[in-house]
Amino acid sequence: MTMTLDHPGTLPAAAPNADALQRQGARERRALASLTLPGAALIFVVLILPIGWLFWQSFFGAAGQPTLENYARMLKPVYVRTFVTTFEVSGLVTLACVLLGYPVAYLLAQLPERLAGLLMIFVILPFWTSVLVRTYAWLVLLQRTGIINTWLVDAGLISEPLPLVHNMLGVVIGMVHVMLPFLILPLYASMRAIDPVYMRAAANCGATPAQAFRQVFLPLSLPGLAAGVGLVFVLCLGFYVTPALLGGGRVSMWAMQIADNISVYGNWGAASSLGVVLLIVTGIILYAFKRLFRTENFGGTR
Amino acid sequence: MLSRPATQTQITHLQRLWLYVLVGLVFLFLIVPCLIVIPMSFSGSKYLEFPPRTWSLQWYEAYLGSPEWRAATFVSLRAALLTTLFATTLGTIAAYGIARVHGAVSSLARGVFMLPMLVPLILLAIGCFFVYAKIGLNGTTTGLVLAHTMLALPFVVIAVLSGLASYDMNQERVAQSLGASRPWAFLTVTLPQIRLSVLSGALFAFVTSFDEVVIALFITGGQNATLTRLMFANIRDQIDPTVAAISSLLIGLSILLLVGSQLLLRKGARK
Repeated sequence: MTMTLDHPGTLPAAAPNADALQRQGARERRALASLTLPGAALIFVVLILPIGWLFWQSFFGAAGQPTLENYARMLKPVYVRTFVTTFEVSGLVTLACVLLGYPVAYLLAQLPERLAGLLMIFVILPFWTSVLVRTYAWLVLLQRTGIINTWLVDAGLISEPLPLVHNMLGVVIGMVHVMLPFLILPLYASMRAIDPVYMRAAANCGATPAQAFRQVFLPLSLPGLAAGVGLVFVLCLGFYVTPALLGGGRVSMWAMQIADNISVYGNWGAASSLGVVLLIVTGIILYAFKRLFRTENFGGTR
Repeated sequence: MLSRPATQTQITHLQRLWLYVLVGLVFLFLIVPCLIVIPMSFSGSKYLEFPPRTWSLQWYEAYLGSPEWRAATFVSLRAALLTTLFATTLGTIAAYGIARVHGAVSSLARGVFMLPMLVPLILLAIGCFFVYAKIGLNGTTTGLVLAHTMLALPFVVIAVLSGLASYDMNQERVAQSLGASRPWAFLTVTLPQIRLSVLSGALFAFVTSFDEVVIALFITGGQNATLTRLMFANIRDQIDPTVAAISSLLIGLSILLLVGSQLLLRKGARK
């Protein structure tokens, strides 16, 4: 019979028994903690070990000598341009996601749950569709002989096809499509949690709808917005597939630079140092947004 | 109707018509690229056109008739099924441990299991590529499944943890006090009650593996190339309408999985 005695209510007062029980409790906790070991071991072997090795490798040159040249190289114009492009694209995509996603989350949060759940399909279907498939669709829509250009030319609106893809515009459009659900979903959840009674109170106190929105709803929705913005921005920084396919080789982003350093130049030192910096920047942004998110939360609701 | 108040602040539907139009346009923006490929894939001409002037199944025939595409589909399906099996098993027992152990160990384990979601994919890809080169796992199913299982773990852990959050652990204690061993109590009392969460975690694991591109790009190739890897190379180098047919099939699969996950959610909510 394996009766568990770690329940606080079953602890008797007698000292020798308490001691034995404590030992049994500790043994049980160890057994439970060990359940996480197989998964954690896998994460160690295919995540922590490789990343640790990247970190180590970034401090060695091509001939195996210890050096900081991999980091110094990042100040070269070609790399600086990549960083600027990456931040530019990520910023534009995040901004577009906020401008397009906020109204959607706002409206959905006000609708009855059933209707909102139904309309949510428009957000969740893209979420479940492969990024590759959606990127391909954008290529089909945007290329020179694509649907949009064909229609515009046939309608006589333009005489020459517009350069919609294989440039920054195409990358931004494709990435906004991938990132938008990542902004809408957390934002919607946080807006649902805002009690509609606040808005009625604001109206009762004489606020116009615009005032009530700006002074009551908007501040309350900021923590959810911050969470979405942080997530989208960080995902953009390390995004590979869509920029690689829609950029047409003209838009060089951080992740592509890392991939090219391996597959084209075989330069592990350069790829590792770029990766280490990307990881650190990602970590700092996530941490900063988490802190901001929490403090906002306290300031906003209390 | 339009002049009726729409919200608590008495703004009318007419006054915020612009909001409805904007949201409708965003919905179009989101959904059109997910669906437009489907009619185009049935095009009868040599190029992709919308709407197609003639209809045919030629691109589906091209897909099914190509040994290369068929092999890649098989590789992807096998990897996704194995990943689902391993990630769901490892993730479920890990989530159980995390939910039962309190304090520092629990939050440390939580953090470790979230890592695959936070580290940029490109780093996981080149890191795995290097480590696998040392131990000879590049181009193997084992290597691919290990990497994908790692990638899918956070989704399973999150899903199962949320299931366990609304489960009363005392039921398992009752089973144990009646003589059930701990694993038996888990399998017969706990697992049946959190099965919907486990299933939705499994669904996520499948999709994570089946749709994964970046890691597959680095650690698979030749005989072992996944469907996504082949599609990526194809989209980059030429626009082959065969990809439209494959994409349509994948979209069909996404819709099926979406419906499945929604049913799980609905069932879970009713319980």
